[in-house]
Amino acid sequence: MQDAEKGAQQRSRIAFLSILSWPIPLLKHMGLTLLSRRNPLASTERQLEVLAETKACLPFDERLAAVSLAPLRATGITVFQINVGKLCNQTCRHCHVDAGPDREERMTRETAELCIRALAQTDIPTVDITGGAPELNPNFRWLVEQATALGRHVIDRCNLSVLLLPSQADLAQFLSDQHAEIIASLPYFRPVQTNAQRGDGVHEKSIEALQLLNRVGYGQEGSDLTLNLVHNPVGAFLPAKQEAIEAQFRRELLRHHGIRFNHLYTITNMPISRFLEFLLESGNYEGYMERLANAFNPAAAAGVMCRYTLSIGWDGNLYDCDFNQMLSLPVADQAVRHIRDVTPARLVGLQNRIIVTGNHCYGCTAGAGSSCGGAVTS
Amino acid sequence: MDTYYHPPDLHKFADMGKGNKELWDKFMSYYSAVFAEGALTEREKALIALGVAHAVQCPYCIDAYSQACLEKGSNTEEMTEAVHVACAIRGGASLIHGVQMRNVTDKLSM
Repeated sequence: MQDAEKGAQQRSRIAFLSILSWPIPLLKHMGLTLLSRRNPLASTERQLEVLAETKACLPFDERLAAVSLAPLRATGITVFQINVGKLCNQTCRHCHVDAGPDREERMTRETAELCIRALAQTDIPTVDITGGAPELNPNFRWLVEQATALGRHVIDRCNLSVLLLPSQADLAQFLSDQHAEIIASLPYFRPVQTNAQRGDGVHEKSIEALQLLNRVGYGQEGSDLTLNLVHNPVGAFLPAKQEAIEAQFRRELLRHHGIRFNHLYTITNMPISRFLEFLLESGNYEGYMERLANAFNPAAAAGVMCRYTLSIGWDGNLYDCDFNQMLSLPVADQAVRHIRDVTPARLVGLQNRIIVTGNHCYGCTAGAGSSCGGAVTS
Repeated sequence: MDTYYHPPDLHKFADMGKGNKELWDKFMSYYSAVFAEGALTEREKALIALGVAHAVQCPYCIDAYSQACLEKGSNTEEMTEAVHVACAIRGGASLIHGVQMRNVTDKLSM
């Protein structure tokens, strides 16, 4: 064999072997979303089949009927929730969006303009922007500015680590200039749990980002810049009582990192998308559904957030909530399926629309209840 | 029956009310009151229960209170320490009886 050929073979062998020694997180990031792994659960039809097939609970609608809540109806719209797309710099194991760096679905400027045009025709007080990492959408800042200019309260659902990206160096300042409320995900105050759910090193970045937000005035006493945290369980169990775990977070984050925040919201993990994959793979699916159903709370069911939310997808389609959006379950009203269809007259119909429900809804009605604003009952 | 302990039996605990409902109701009322928030938090009580579950080596209690501890906001590190507390007290309980051994041997020995 020629020396040159031999050398080339050796180099390619070394190159192959060096892939084996890449850090695990790097290999994982080559395809962590269900979609990129071609997992059958990337199909919402498959997810809905799994949810319908469970033997662990009564069909959700029957449970609602037993407490005289069927059919569930909206009671008005006070939250205009815009999901600007699935792109994210993280790939959390419990993500209900199946978001990640490889996802390309994102809201265009045209659709963002339709959102603002519709919003301007309403008096909905709160605009809740989510994703993916919503800040990575090129139209995010325009949406925040426009909604703020319309006098609406704007919420940014932030994964924290996005604040440290070089391209987002001025993000914290932008959000504080706009007086946007930040609702930031931090599942636990210890690194083992946070990193198990959100990826290696995410806890440390989250802590650094929270300290940055505190420095620009977020979460400080006497400041009108609101910083709320979201805790969700790192596994197949229900969240702790909101006030109890808020007190734990407050004590631990202040003691170890000097971090202050306003409130902590507990959110139950939804049995859909990547969390559903975890449940099935770990053999916890039936047990978790049973746990949710056994903890069904009629008071929480009466207060679920879909009753006062309109959820808008990256493509402008309308849903009852972000979870229905991820299961491709549109609003029931055939006449208003897209944000371009929303007029003041049609909004009246949406305000008392029948909500589309399924077994995944047990996630919002268990225990003290769960919503994007935390527990529903105290 | 291939084993005395069956995980599904945990869910049959309430069957114990069938033999004597009045005693069962009294027990459950007391049990609920014990675990309610008081001078100790629900989280602290669940950690104590986990330690005791290991001391009495009850697999049903270990199953139930491992989940309960997580759902009260505790983490594996705290729960491991609770099990070590049970272990230390059980070990210490054996060791302190060594004094009785010494008393006996001292009496019998020259």
